[in-house]
Amino acid sequence: MTDISLRHSDTARAIEPARKAESLGYWSGVGQRLRRDPVTLVCITILILMLLATVFAPLLAPYDPLQGAMVRRLKPPGFRGHWLGTDELGRDMLTRLLYGGRLSWFVGITPVVVATLIGGMLGMTAGYVGGKVNMLIMRTTDVFYAFPSVLLAVAISGALGPGIYNAITALTIVFIPPMIRVSESVTTSVRNLEFVDAARATGAGAFRIMRMHVLPNVLGPIFVYATTLVSVSMILAAGMSFIGLGVKPPEAEWGLMLNTLRSAIYTQPLLATLPGVCIFMTSICFNLTSDGLRTAMDVRN
Amino acid sequence: MILYILRRVLYAIPIALAVSLICFMLVHIAPGDPINAIVPPDAPKVVVDQMRKDYGLDRPLPIQFGLWLSRVVQGDLGRSIANRRSVAADLMAAAGKTLVLAFSAAALGFAFGCVFGGTSAMFHGTWIDRTLVGIAIAGVSVPHYWLGMVLVIIFSVMLNLLPSIGAGPGDWAWDWVHIQHLVLPAVTLSVIPAGLVTRTVRGAVIEILNQDFVMTLRGKGLSRLRIYYHVAKNVAPVALAVMGLQLGYLMGGSILVETVFSWPGTGMMLNQAIFQRDLPVLQGTTLVLAMFFVVLNLVVDLIQTALDPRMRRR
Repeated sequence: MTDISLRHSDTARAIEPARKAESLGYWSGVGQRLRRDPVTLVCITILILMLLATVFAPLLAPYDPLQGAMVRRLKPPGFRGHWLGTDELGRDMLTRLLYGGRLSWFVGITPVVVATLIGGMLGMTAGYVGGKVNMLIMRTTDVFYAFPSVLLAVAISGALGPGIYNAITALTIVFIPPMIRVSESVTTSVRNLEFVDAARATGAGAFRIMRMHVLPNVLGPIFVYATTLVSVSMILAAGMSFIGLGVKPPEAEWGLMLNTLRSAIYTQPLLATLPGVCIFMTSICFNLTSDGLRTAMDVRN
Repeated sequence: MILYILRRVLYAIPIALAVSLICFMLVHIAPGDPINAIVPPDAPKVVVDQMRKDYGLDRPLPIQFGLWLSRVVQGDLGRSIANRRSVAADLMAAAGKTLVLAFSAAALGFAFGCVFGGTSAMFHGTWIDRTLVGIAIAGVSVPHYWLGMVLVIIFSVMLNLLPSIGAGPGDWAWDWVHIQHLVLPAVTLSVIPAGLVTRTVRGAVIEILNQDFVMTLRGKGLSRLRIYYHVAKNVAPVALAVMGLQLGYLMGGSILVETVFSWPGTGMMLNQAIFQRDLPVLQGTTLVLAMFFVVLNLVVDLIQTALDPRMRRR
């Protein structure tokens, strides 16, 4: 399945600590490399446009997302001012895709953000403190790795019951362990470098060292890994709504829309696949952006 | 080696225990009284109290876990609330169907992944490489339940070539009628492992082609084909490990594809259990699939170590 834990090659590459470029400073070097990478630029542009479109959905959308009419059910694209046609209850597709993006992005990104915060902190703690604390955190992480991620997400949110916040909770729990692993291994590799020793020798406390010296080095790899996770998370989040967990009707959400339009594959096949195209676009753009960022941040390439 | 196997097996036991603890807790994180997982909500109060006592639900949680675990070990996963049938028996039938689906998908994904990844690495840096890498990224990013719908639209609705629902009549058999039903779901499910294996194989082949021993082989005057034989031997353990674990992910994650194609496996069971709030089925299915994954992890690890002793973990 779409699996976070299996992308070891990604993880392994993501955890190499970013080294400073000589003269220009690290981040301007990254920026320059990104500017020369057309694929990543296009993907970032598409993502920004999609985000803006969903944020300003109320201004852009021509109709009400919940208002339908039985007389104009499942009309083809271009039907009397409905650019993308209408869905199975006669609601405007374009409007619902725009509004659907709001929930899809929200349910897709929130778990990754929360998991990055929690997992990042736990991983840094485990990596920096080491010893028994490391043991405890990492062995607990191992247990969650013993579940296929889709199964864990479905089982938790199935037990909690349908609902958007239950789906977010379930996905967050699924994404915390891989985040812990990534940040733990970067922290461990940074901890033994000279500048950390030097900071310790000057009398800096553990908290200060973590904040000033470890965090800046861990942030890059974690951010790259998080963008990869967003791609997985969007697919899983929409997938949960697709099987009836997560967002509930009549709310507009891409996965849910895909599910309700399944009955329309015989009459309006093109229409029925539109929400999936949106999920696919978002997910592939996040994936390519993450690849681009990884290349740009890894100076050795 | 025997000592190593023993250590790995011993290490898997606490993991398995912790996994069953999480599955046990599933019923307790569910809103409402866990007794609802055993008796129907409309049962008279006397029956409810009696069942609560029988199942030990009036006892403290750790003891409940012990009792539950001892029942599970004896193969008793409880009864479904919806149809009162034994969860274990229903699971056996469904798991067989899902295994067929997951295994076919993993095999397809592995074959495609090796061909794509190998070709991509052979033509490293050319447009062929870039195209194949693009396909691999698309494979990893595609919402496969959507891909399933698209395939149904093309091959069932428009071309009327393949059936789109179910696993064929009666028990599973490897005959034409059943294989026809298998094609679309298996292809749909194979996309993600295909993408992952492509990436893994490509990376591994490129890395190995840059190693000194390949240079030596070239210097010795071996043909390209013979060199690729040596490369394949070196990539095999990694590729097999990825594919082995994928089998577990596909088993556990087939719920979305099974929903699209109404494939009567564990995913469908989970799906129905969620809708009917059938907690024993949810719990039992999750437990069995997770345990399968734990065992699979162990087996893959041991095979990998046997193939390549350098892989041995601490």
